[in-house]
Amino acid sequence: MSDASTTKSGGFPNPLAWIGRGALALFAEIGRLSLFSGRTALSALLPPWNLTQLWKQIIAIGFYSLPVVGLSAVFIGAALALNIYTGGNRFGAEQFVPNIVVLGITRELGATITGLMLAGRVTAGIAAEIGAMKVTEQIDALKTLSANPFRYLYAPRFLAAALTLPILVLIADIIGVMGGWLVSVYALDFDSTTYLRNTIDFLTMEDVIVGLIKAVIFGMVIALMGCYQGSKSSAGATGVGRAATLSMVGAAVLVLAANYILSTFFVQIGI
Amino acid sequence: MTQPILELKGVEKSFGSNHVLRGVDIDVAPGRSLVVLGGSGSGKSVMLKNALGLMTPDAGKILFDGKDVTKDQGKAREAMRARVGMLFQSGALFDSLTVWENVAFRLLNADKLKRSDAREEAIETLKKVRLGASVADLRPAEISGGMQKRVALARAIITKPDLIFFDEPTTGLDPITADAINDLIIEQVKALGAAAVTITHDMASARKVADEIAMLFEGKIIWRGPASEIDRSGNDHVDQFVHGRADGPIQPAL
Ligand SMILES: Nc1ncnc2c1ncn2[C@@H]1O[C@H](COP(=O)(O)OP(=O)(O)OP(=O)(O)O)[C@@H](O)[C@H]1O
Ligand SMILES: [Mg+2]
Repeated sequence: MSDASTTKSGGFPNPLAWIGRGALALFAEIGRLSLFSGRTALSALLPPWNLTQLWKQIIAIGFYSLPVVGLSAVFIGAALALNIYTGGNRFGAEQFVPNIVVLGITRELGATITGLMLAGRVTAGIAAEIGAMKVTEQIDALKTLSANPFRYLYAPRFLAAALTLPILVLIADIIGVMGGWLVSVYALDFDSTTYLRNTIDFLTMEDVIVGLIKAVIFGMVIALMGCYQGSKSSAGATGVGRAATLSMVGAAVLVLAANYILSTFFVQIGI
Repeated sequence: MTQPILELKGVEKSFGSNHVLRGVDIDVAPGRSLVVLGGSGSGKSVMLKNALGLMTPDAGKILFDGKDVTKDQGKAREAMRARVGMLFQSGALFDSLTVWENVAFRLLNADKLKRSDAREEAIETLKKVRLGASVADLRPAEISGGMQKRVALARAIITKPDLIFFDEPTTGLDPITADAINDLIIEQVKALGAAAVTITHDMASARKVADEIAMLFEGKIIWRGPASEIDRSGNDHVDQFVHGRADGPIQPAL
């Protein structure tokens, strides 16, 4: 080892050089990702759109995610109801289960769970597919055939994810609330009618919209991470596997970070 | 002398400390067939990708039809690519599309042809590479390697380009299929009047399809001449390559 990060005498890494190099690499990566995101968003917003590809992606990203989103939502709703009941019990507040379930699901958990599940199912899938296309020269072939990968590959995925995530989240909201109701009525002896009335009374349009706006952003993050990591995948099965892993981890972390930032923003503006 | 359709002038390309191309000079005249020989890893595919604008050279120029296209983007780049066909080393067929959609890809996407017309033209072109209409609706994964090469060839020639790149068209094929591919290349290049740049390390193929042969070694073109003179090149490197000997000036990459 004789690079800049090791000192001549002892071979201990020079921490400043190490941090410096790390920071430079990080900024370069952020720069590349921003450029890529900008080009993708621009291709997604400006015509001509590739409607065939868009429709394919809506089916692949939206429709085929229904089972995983529905199952996750029902279990989260059920667990949430159970926990609120147990927690609320300690100070006699168990009657608030329906209110807190519907608030938690619409504002927070519906979108977050959908985002996280799709960071697994969709992001990794996109990264693997695009990575495989990259290493088998299919992306080069696209370019030589005058098809712009941003228009043909990335923009349809970006649009499809941004359009279908809100619908998936809406479904997750409904199924999540239903999960809470199921547990409350069948395990916790709530009265079904009262539970539903409380839910509806406490449900607000604002909370639902907050979740849906988050969903649009999560959709963008999910598609972008998959496309970005796939498009810079290195050769071989290991390279593609690595791209899939990186994209999934990146998307999951970014979904959670975006969720926090958006939550802060909505609280600040008083919604 | 006629204006070359493609000209590379002092093209250099490095990946980190790996100096792959170190000043490549080569040109192809319209309607001529040039074969580039070179060992594995010598940078032949990188050379083609630079010529096509899939990679940007670190130094040097690419001229297409006399025009500098080295840094072209967008519309100008597309105008060039519309006149060029490329057969990738790996075939690079789109595995999410059927065979005919692959062949007609440019017609469907860039040229916005009606699907029924594009399909008809694709099947016509498949016939030229001796593939029947029965494969048209299969996926690339459902046909053999030799058939995939022929589909890729059909995709490269469907728009009647002025220049076609063939990156190792016969590698991995049995000698009979390989020879059939050679015939197809010659036939298609003759029929189209296109110029061709073929990369290969298959000497039989080189002798058959070449008007001229060039040899890429250590990032430069070290020899170039008419195909008929390949056995009297007077160049040790070329001789070693032609006769496939492990000992000589070229050290095998191990
Ligand atoms: N995108 C890339 N990034 C980094 N290095 C690359 C890249 N493409 C090619 N190389 C390197 O360039 C060199 C030449 O590669 P190239 O694919 O052109 O070889 P080739 O002559 O086509 O060989 P073969 O006959 O085996 O196909 C190799 O050392 C390869 O590792
Ligand atoms: Mg090659």
